[in-house]
Amino acid sequence: MKKLMLGNAAIARGAYEAGVTVVSSYPGTPSTEITQEIAKYDEIYSEWAPNEKVALEVAIGASFAGARSMSCMKHVGLNVAADPLYSVSYTGVGGGLVVCVADDPGIHSSQNEQDSRLVAISAKVPMLEPADSEECKQYVKQAFLLSEKYDTPILVRLSTRISHSQSLVEQGERVEKPLGDYEKNIAKNVMMPTMAVKRHIFVEKRLGDMKRFAEECELNTIEHKSEKVGVISAGIAYQYAKEAFPEASFLKLGMLNPLPTDLIKDFAKSVDTLYVIEELEPVIENHCKVIGVDVIGKQILPKTGEYNVGMIKKAVFGINADTHNIDEEAPGRPPVMCVGCPHRGTFYVLNKLGLTVSGDIGCYTLGALPPLSAMDMCVCMGASIGMAHGIEKARGDDFRKKTVAVIGDSTFLHSGITGLIDMVYNKGNSTVIILDNSITAMTGHQDNPATGYTIKGEPTKTVDLEKLCKAIGIENIVAADPFDLSGFEKVVKEQTAADGPSVIIAKRPCALLKGVVFSGALEITDNCKNCKMCLRLGCPAISTVDGRVVIDSSQCVGCNLCVKVCKFNAIEPITPLTKGMKL
Amino acid sequence: MTDTINIMIVGVGGQGTLLASRILGNAAIDCGFDVKVSEVHGMSQRGGSVVTYVKYGEKVFSPVISEGEADIILAFEQLEAYRYLKFLKKDGTMILNTQKIAPMPVITGAASYPEEIIEKLNKTGAKIIAIDALSAALKAGNAKAVNVVLIGVLASKTNIQKDIWQKAIEKTVPPRFLQVNQQAFEAGYNDQKGGGCV
Ligand SMILES: Cc1ncc(C[n+]2csc(CCOP(=O)(O)OP(=O)(O)O)c2C)c(N)n1
Repeated sequence: MKKLMLGNAAIARGAYEAGVTVVSSYPGTPSTEITQEIAKYDEIYSEWAPNEKVALEVAIGASFAGARSMSCMKHVGLNVAADPLYSVSYTGVGGGLVVCVADDPGIHSSQNEQDSRLVAISAKVPMLEPADSEECKQYVKQAFLLSEKYDTPILVRLSTRISHSQSLVEQGERVEKPLGDYEKNIAKNVMMPTMAVKRHIFVEKRLGDMKRFAEECELNTIEHKSEKVGVISAGIAYQYAKEAFPEASFLKLGMLNPLPTDLIKDFAKSVDTLYVIEELEPVIENHCKVIGVDVIGKQILPKTGEYNVGMIKKAVFGINADTHNIDEEAPGRPPVMCVGCPHRGTFYVLNKLGLTVSGDIGCYTLGALPPLSAMDMCVCMGASIGMAHGIEKARGDDFRKKTVAVIGDSTFLHSGITGLIDMVYNKGNSTVIILDNSITAMTGHQDNPATGYTIKGEPTKTVDLEKLCKAIGIENIVAADPFDLSGFEKVVKEQTAADGPSVIIAKRPCALLKGVVFSGALEITDNCKNCKMCLRLGCPAISTVDGRVVIDSSQCVGCNLCVKVCKFNAIEPITPLTKGMKL
Repeated sequence: MTDTINIMIVGVGGQGTLLASRILGNAAIDCGFDVKVSEVHGMSQRGGSVVTYVKYGEKVFSPVISEGEADIILAFEQLEAYRYLKFLKKDGTMILNTQKIAPMPVITGAASYPEEIIEKLNKTGAKIIAIDALSAALKAGNAKAVNVVLIGVLASKTNIQKDIWQKAIEKTVPPRFLQVNQQAFEAGYNDQKGGGCV
């Protein structure tokens, strides 16, 4: 039976059918749904780890123990997991070990658009890249076989348009993979100099073997058509190229590391002009150049952003799309904090106090945008605390008193703790605000070690953030409600003025969580002087129509923040009072 | 590739465009087509501009639709219709919900919401069908059913049969919202019977 499936769901299906038994991941768009789908299969143990490094390490342990295991993450997550990845490349595996990594060309939901094929090359780990959901399933199954055959971890590269596109997938049965034997083997599994030296030699030989495989395997296929034009492509770019070059011959690559040499040379000989169509880095193109094959690629197409059929047609054939046009530009619609979002209270206060805010990654990064405009920097997960400490050490105590770090609960547990330890240990005095909305919101509501539930929704131990900070050595810890604007402001003022490091736990659940109930939609009354203070909250339900402030009752839930900033008592529940409304 | 039908669903994160694209995808499969649905997850779901693509036909390659290639654009909001107009084929149809949602740059005063969007769209010569789907959804019993009202309008413009749409809705929406959604679908389906099919 064929089913319409997201690429991510098809990856999960493939792993299921391949008999995987352990999956550990950390969420990150566009990879998150793989592990969420895995969690629906009872035959598989699955978990959210606190970060990608731990996730991969769990999968490595399971692999050493003889199980087929998998870890899934976004492209930048692979940076966090790079340390174990580069060395498990040396040890090789027990049971098959697959790492799925989802790139984000076009930066739909990320902080950069790095190309993880380059990581595969430098870690000397083979990489497969599917081009639709059916291939997602097939390639993951193949990846487990290759991992075991060649004694290597293996990467499966996805991208936003593969992960988040649905296409048809043939459903198969799960084939149980009995646990392999566990054998102690320190020459292989203990990476210290004497052993690692030998394993590096093994890795080079393995790459050579896999290169021979790449020349002949069915993952790399040739479709002969035109003798004039040939295209080499892979993954989502292949789909774009197929539409842009309907008559061309194709070499479709399913294995991106190592790349074949003879296959490419032979294909090049069969056509007059050869294009390489690949998003981001010229990985295939550079390989072609090294082996002496002339191709057209990045000289006509960009290294930045995602491709589409129209843009390829334009770059190659000079064909412009025939479109309806309006001259006037449409104003942008950037994402915003939801109605009822607890982060709004925090950022309203930080904006009001005019603080320098060392930021981090999550829904709260939206606090950088107008009108809240209360974030000065955001680099990667966990960086806010280290950066705040660096700011203090560079600019001194007066500046420190006008600076705070903000970090979400999931992000704090991911990689903020180590920054906080550094700050305490090295006598920093900065103030850190942990935005505890009781969930990993940005990536679509995953549980984390501070929520009290596992990926399967089972109750578990909850990290007590207050006690954790205390154990690290923080003495000033205050919990505060970001919807109590004046109380919250007071706490921020006190903590930033104080000496010694401090933590404020801004505690209020995400407005989209089940069970979070508000009082119901509000409206503007005749008391309104149109001062527009409420507009400074950046609430999507409050706007102006013909110059007058209005509240959109279809959006407003009644979080009452606007009531608190209104000096004229001009915002009230809609009468007659509607019953408690849930968002 | 000329026989591939390209449909875009555009709107504001949170308006339920994803569900609409899934209903459409399920209906197209039921007709035996090859189908690709490209969705948006992540950052822009937080009230940003969102677009999903649905393509069906003999064989679909790219899951994404380029400028000038959409047979139908289903726009959940006026400004988003305006933004994505350039993706419409010259002889394509734009189905548009008359609802307006101010984006943050408009709320802060950094930009203004374009005036008379429907008139401007009509002036380009594009085929425009406008409907107040929010009122229709409220009448059906739930403001959230805007997406299914619009699917109803879309359904009346495609060559996929009505019962296939109805089955796709049953398959896609949670059972407790089925009745509201069935009414919403009818409202949309009966609202606009004119015009050709794709
Ligand atoms: C290394 C890395 N892994 C994963 C992500 C994806 N990601 C972005 S924010 C975030 C977590 C957000 O959760 P939290 O800190 O609790 O803030 P919230 O969104 O709930 O406000 C994740 C997992 C990332 N950007 N970088």
